[in-house]
Amino acid sequence: MYRRYRVPRMWRDMDKLQSEMNRLFDSTFSRRYRNAPGFPAVNVWANENGLVVTAEVPGINAEDIDIMVVGETMTISGSRGMDELGEGTRYHRQERGYGDFTRTVKLPFLVDSDKVDASFRDGLLNITLPRKDEDKPRKIAITSG
Amino acid sequence: MATEEKALEAQKQEITESEEIERTRECQCFTPRADIYETEDNIVVVADLPGVDENSVDITLEKNILTINGYVDYREPEGYSLAWAEYEVGDYQRSFRISNEIDRDKIEATIKDGVLRLYLPKLEQAKLKKIAVKVGE
Repeated sequence: MYRRYRVPRMWRDMDKLQSEMNRLFDSTFSRRYRNAPGFPAVNVWANENGLVVTAEVPGINAEDIDIMVVGETMTISGSRGMDELGEGTRYHRQERGYGDFTRTVKLPFLVDSDKVDASFRDGLLNITLPRKDEDKPRKIAITSG
Repeated sequence: MATEEKALEAQKQEITESEEIERTRECQCFTPRADIYETEDNIVVVADLPGVDENSVDITLEKNILTINGYVDYREPEGYSLAWAEYEVGDYQRSFRISNEIDRDKIEATIKDGVLRLYLPKLEQAKLKKIAVKVGE
């Protein structure tokens, strides 16, 4: 005889509770941090008019950082040098990295490369990328027939 | 110099709480990456503190523990929402145990582009002395 399987009420309540908990946690801790595939780690902030890309690049001169925007990709590159060490200097500990870096970020939309603005202060890089006007979403007015 | 060049790393390291110390500021805290090297006259500590300037760094020396505290005044870009996140922002804290060979009154610190440099001068008697060897008679 075919009998429809009924989920006991207790389990359904548990499921409901679980999904509510998940929703609560998702809204509270909605920021999912991902591991950066390369240096520097970037955070991308967005609104309908553009983007702000921030990165931490301590110990690099502003003139040693290159920012290039081609189409929907942005490349940050630069180099960090080592301290000039005299004769007889020795390292006890070395945790900081050195050398060249290149990081390419895919942008979610086309940006106006002429209006890209970058600032650098205390090792923090802040790049503002306005969205291209023709790429901005348009509101479609609905006319009644 | 014998040390190899270390590659740049993107990920920050969150602080590991030691049992005795409780933090009083409610925010993330990171351990800054640091290099320590020794020159003829100084022990130099170099630490990455992005977002910290000369007014937001505290350096204290208590007994023989030198502590760096970097406070980051962080403002999110207004009117934007975070679309992609790879790093978190927070304060920095790290302590170093210094030896008795350091002249405590002459410790100097500079900060530029988010990199702190601490110069810990060696005491005169701790400096390497070269002893001339004479030919014995």
